Amino acid sequence: MYPREYRYTREHEWIKLEGERATIGITHYAQEQLGDIVFVELPKAGAEFAVLEAFGTVESVKAVSELYSPVSGRVEEVNTSLNENPALLNREPHGAAWLIKIRVKDPSELNSLLTAEQYEAFLESSA
Amino acid sequence: MGDAMAKARPHVTPSEGLIFEKSSPGKHAYSLPPLDVPTVQPEEVLGAGFVRGEIAGFPEVSEIEIIRHFTRLSTWNYGVDTGMYPLGSCTMKYNPRINEVVARLEGLASEHPYQPAELAQGCLKILRALEQALLEITGMDAITLHPAAGAHGELTGILMVRAYLTAKGNPRQLVLIPDSAHGTNPATAAMAGYGVAPVKSNRAGQVDLDALRQLMTENVAALMITNPNTLGIFEDRIRDIAEIVHARGGVLYLDGANLNALAGVTRPGDFGADIVHLNLHKTFSTPHGGGGPGAGPVAVKRFLEPFLPLPVLEESPAGRLRWNFERPQSIGRVRAFYGNFGMHVRALAYILAHGPEGILQVTRDAVLNSNYIRKGLEDVYELSYPSPTLHETVFSDKRQARFGVRTMDIAKRLMDYGFHPYTVAFPLIVPGAMMIEPTESECKEELDLFIEALRAIAREAETDPDLVKTAPHTTRIRRLDEVTANRKPILRWKPAPPSAGPAPEVAD
Amino acid sequence: MRYLPKSDAERKAMLARIGCSSVEELFAAIPDTIRLRRPLAIPGPLSEPEIVDLFQTRASENASAYLRFLGGGVYSHFRPVVVDALASRGEFFTAYTPYQPEISQGTLQAIFEFQTLICQLTGQEIANASLYDGSTALPESVIMAVRISDRTRVLVARSVHPEYRQVLATYAGAQGLQIEELPYTATGQVDREALAGQLDDRTAAVAVQSPNFFGCAEDVAALSRLCHEHNALLICVINEPVSLGLLQPPVEADIVALEGQGLGLPPSYGGPYVGVLATKERFVRTMPGRLAGQTTDSQGWRGFVLTLATREQHIRREKATSNICTNQALCALMTTIFMSVYGKQGMRALAEQNLAKAHYAAHELAKVPGARVRFTAPFFNEFALEVPCAVATLQRRLAEQKILGGIALEHFYPELKQSLLLCVTETHARADLDRLVAAVRSACAEAPRGKA
Repeated sequence: MYPREYRYTREHEWIKLEGERATIGITHYAQEQLGDIVFVELPKAGAEFAVLEAFGTVESVKAVSELYSPVSGRVEEVNTSLNENPALLNREPHGAAWLIKIRVKDPSELNSLLTAEQYEAFLESSA
Repeated sequence: MGDAMAKARPHVTPSEGLIFEKSSPGKHAYSLPPLDVPTVQPEEVLGAGFVRGEIAGFPEVSEIEIIRHFTRLSTWNYGVDTGMYPLGSCTMKYNPRINEVVARLEGLASEHPYQPAELAQGCLKILRALEQALLEITGMDAITLHPAAGAHGELTGILMVRAYLTAKGNPRQLVLIPDSAHGTNPATAAMAGYGVAPVKSNRAGQVDLDALRQLMTENVAALMITNPNTLGIFEDRIRDIAEIVHARGGVLYLDGANLNALAGVTRPGDFGADIVHLNLHKTFSTPHGGGGPGAGPVAVKRFLEPFLPLPVLEESPAGRLRWNFERPQSIGRVRAFYGNFGMHVRALAYILAHGPEGILQVTRDAVLNSNYIRKGLEDVYELSYPSPTLHETVFSDKRQARFGVRTMDIAKRLMDYGFHPYTVAFPLIVPGAMMIEPTESECKEELDLFIEALRAIAREAETDPDLVKTAPHTTRIRRLDEVTANRKPILRWKPAPPSAGPAPEVAD
Repeated sequence: MRYLPKSDAERKAMLARIGCSSVEELFAAIPDTIRLRRPLAIPGPLSEPEIVDLFQTRASENASAYLRFLGGGVYSHFRPVVVDALASRGEFFTAYTPYQPEISQGTLQAIFEFQTLICQLTGQEIANASLYDGSTALPESVIMAVRISDRTRVLVARSVHPEYRQVLATYAGAQGLQIEELPYTATGQVDREALAGQLDDRTAAVAVQSPNFFGCAEDVAALSRLCHEHNALLICVINEPVSLGLLQPPVEADIVALEGQGLGLPPSYGGPYVGVLATKERFVRTMPGRLAGQTTDSQGWRGFVLTLATREQHIRREKATSNICTNQALCALMTTIFMSVYGKQGMRALAEQNLAKAHYAAHELAKVPGARVRFTAPFFNEFALEVPCAVATLQRRLAEQKILGGIALEHFYPELKQSLLLCVTETHARADLDRLVAAVRSACAEAPRGKA
C-alpha cells in the first residue's frame, strides 16, 4: 500500500525525494478519511514554506483540511489537473494526484520523517 | 409505519420546473395604474448609454402560475407548522400568528426610517418596550436592537469589547472559546481582528477550570461562552468562570442562543456575564423563514454602555423618544437605520402574550420536554455525558456505528418517520453527535412519536442497517449528490442553447 | 399559556416517567445563589385582542396620514398582494435553514431562482442567497476584494449612502483596512479625475453606488476601466434595485452589493431588508453567504442543495469568509415573487413610471422661483432639489400640510445646506405631485431667503 521509497508525516502527507527536488502528496489514509474530495487549494510556483507550515487545503463536502509541508522548500510545480478533477486525489493519491513539486532547502529534514513501515505502524496504533 | 399519515407528503407533480421554464413571451402578472403624468423617453432623459436592453431571461408568467408554482414549492418544505424540529440550539418553537398580523399593520409596515422622530413615536415606543423587557429578562443595564442576526450581534459585542479595552490602553489579542462552541463564535472573533484559543471541556462536558486559569492572561480580551452549553449542560461554576476572567481584566461574553433554558429562572447579568446577545428567532419566536431574517440584540452591563452602536434610543423627561447620535465612544454603526423592526414587533408581541408567568412556564416545559426525550432514549442511544441537561441533550451514534450506521443516516431515516432531523455531527467534541432540542411547543403525543421513531431506527440499525444507510425513502427527493454540487457548482439557471432540445427536468 | 400544548396531568405523567416529583428538580444544576426568586417585571399576559389593540394604537402614532417623498436607501413601491399571500404560507416562513435538502426543496428552489434573477438583473455571473442588508453587504464585498487582491487600501465614493459608509468604517477598523474617500463633482457623480489620481497598486477596491445617494446614475463602465488599469476591483453598490428595470446593469463591476428592499419588502421602519452579493464566477470561493446549487438525487431527479459550505463559519470557523450564519431567506423569497410578478415587461413598466413621475415632479419643482435640481447627472426616481429658503423651515411648513418633503442633505453633507433629497415613485399620483409642488411653492414664497 505505502510505497517504500516515500517518507511520511503524522499529518498524512508523503514526500518523494529526487536529488534536490521532491514531490509531495497526501496518503491513501488521508483521502479515505476526507471522503469525496471536491476542491484542492494549492500555492503558486515560487512560494516558500517552512517545515510544518500550511501550504494549502483539501476540501470535502463538509470538511476542510490543511496541508502541511513535510520539509522546507520552494514550490516549483503545482498539479493543476486537480483543479478540474479533484476526484483524482481520491483515486490516485500516491501517484497521478501528487500536489506540488518543490526544491528542497535541507534534505536532512527528511531523516526525521517516518518510513513506510513506521507510517503503517502509526496508522495501526491510532486505529 | 403502517397507516400513519406521513408528515411531508410528496407532491402530485414532483417535477415542478423553475419559474424561468414556465415563461412565455407575452404572459404577465403585474398590474399598475395608468401613467397620469406625461411619458418620457428614457434615452432622452437619461442618455442612450444609461438605458439597458431587456432583462434577458426574466420570467414572463401569469398570476395563477406564480400562485401554483410557489404553493407547490412550499408543499415540499417541512416547517414548524408541520411538525417538530428537534434541532439542538435552534429553539424551533411555534411562530404565533398574531405576530404576523401586527407586524403587517399598515401604520407599522409602511413607516420609513427617515421620518422625523416626532412622527415615529409609535415605532419608537415599540422598540423601547422591547428593550426594557429584554433588559429585565437578561438582568443587564443597556441594550442595542440593531444587529440583524445572532452572528451580527456577536460581532457587535466583540467590537464593543475591543473598544472598551482599547479605551483602557490595550485591546489585547486573543479571545477564548470553548471547544464545544458554535462556529460563529471563532468566525466572529477573527472578523473582529482577534486570534482564537480554544478552551477544552472536561469529562463532565463543562469548561475545564484549570485549563481556563492557564489560558486566561492579560492578553485575553474575552471568554465567549454559551450557558447552558451546546451539550445542554449548565455551567454551574459560571461564577467562578466569571471571576477568573474578570480577575485578569477580561470580559465575559455570553452567547445567548440557549436562553430558552433560563428565561425567568436565572439571568446572565446575575451570574457574571458582561455582555449577552439574544436570538429573537430562537427564544422569542420570530420565524426562521427558511434561513432568515432574524435579529440579534446585544445587552450589556453599565461599563460597556458608552460603546453601544449608533444610534441609541433615548427618552426625554417628557416621555418623547428620539435617536441619539452624540455618542463619542460608540463603536459606530453596525448597519444602516435601526434594526430589523419587523422582527422587534413580533418579539414584543410574543413577550406580551406570555407575561412573566408565561415566560417561566415556557422555560419549564422546554426543560421538561427535553428530559422526557432523554429518558425515553438513553437506553438505546449513547448519552454523550452523564451530567444533567436542561433544554437539549446530545447523544452519539456510538452504539449504531457498530453496524455501520452513523448519525447522518439516522437523521435521514428520521425523515421517513415524518420528522425533521436533529442537529447532526455537532458539537464537534462529540463524535457522531445527535443534538436534540424539542422546545416547549411540543405536546406529549409528538414527543412520544419522536421517541418511538428513534427507537425503531435503533432497531433497524441492528436488523437492517442498509435501510437506514440509504434513507430517506419516502421524501419527494432522495439523497442528493452533494459531491458533484461542490465539484461543479451550478448556481443559476441558464437558458438552453438554441440547438439543444428542452432542458430535462425529470429522470429519463 | 395557550401556546403550550400540555395539560397539568400530562406534565405530571412526564415527570413521573423521568422519575421526578417536580419540575424544580430538573433545574437543580442551577445554583441557588443565581436563581431568580421573583417574577420577571415585564408586561403581560395580554389576550389576542389586547395585543392587536396595543399595536394598532402604536400604528396610529406614526406618519401613515402623511404624503411621503422619502428615499435615501429605502423605497416605497406597489407590492403585489400575492407576495404576502405566498410568503405567509407556513411551509415557507416557519421552515428552518435548508440543511436537510430532502425536505427543504421549496426553500432551496426558491433561493436558486432568486440567485438567477439577481444575476439577470445585475448582469453578473453568480449571486449568493443573500446577506442581512445592503449596508452590511458593502463591507462584506470590501473584505472579499481585499481577500482576492491581497491589498488593504480601499477608495469609497462620498456619494455612496452615508450610513453604508459608516458601517464600512466600523467593519474596516476591526480588520485594519485603510479607507479613503472620493469626492463628487458638480454633476453629482464620482470625480473621475480624483479617482485616477488616488488609484495605485496598493488599492484593493473602489466602491461606488449607482444610482448614488443623490439619485444620480454613474458611468460604471468608465469607472471600471480606471480601476482595472491598476488591477483594483470595482464594487458597485445598488440601493434602488427597481432602477435596474431601466438603467444599464453594472456588468463591468467586479462585485455588486445590492439592497433588495425595493423589490417587494415594506419599509418597516428600517428592516428586515435583504442584501445580496453578485459577482464573477471566478470569485465564488471567496464570497460569503449561503449558496444554493443544482444537482441530482439518487433517482436522477433534479434537486437543489446548499453548496460550497466549506467557505462558511460552521466548517471553517475562524478561517471562514465571514461569520454570517443567516441569510434573509424569507425576504429573498418575497423579492423573488415580486420579480416574477413584474417579470420582464413589468420591471420595465414599473421603472418607466418611476422615471416619468420623478421627472415630472422635478420639472415642475424647478419652476418654483429660486429652486433648481441641484445636480446635472441623469437621475432615476430620486433627485436633490436646491431651494431658496432654509430647508428646516421648508420641511416644517410641508409637514404642517401633512407632507414629508424629502431628506435634508445637510444632515449627511454639511456642504449641501440648501438641498432636499426627494424621492418619487409610481405610488405617487399626479395629484400628490401637484400638491407637493404647490406646497413647496407657497412655502418658499413665504420664508425669508436663506434664513432658518
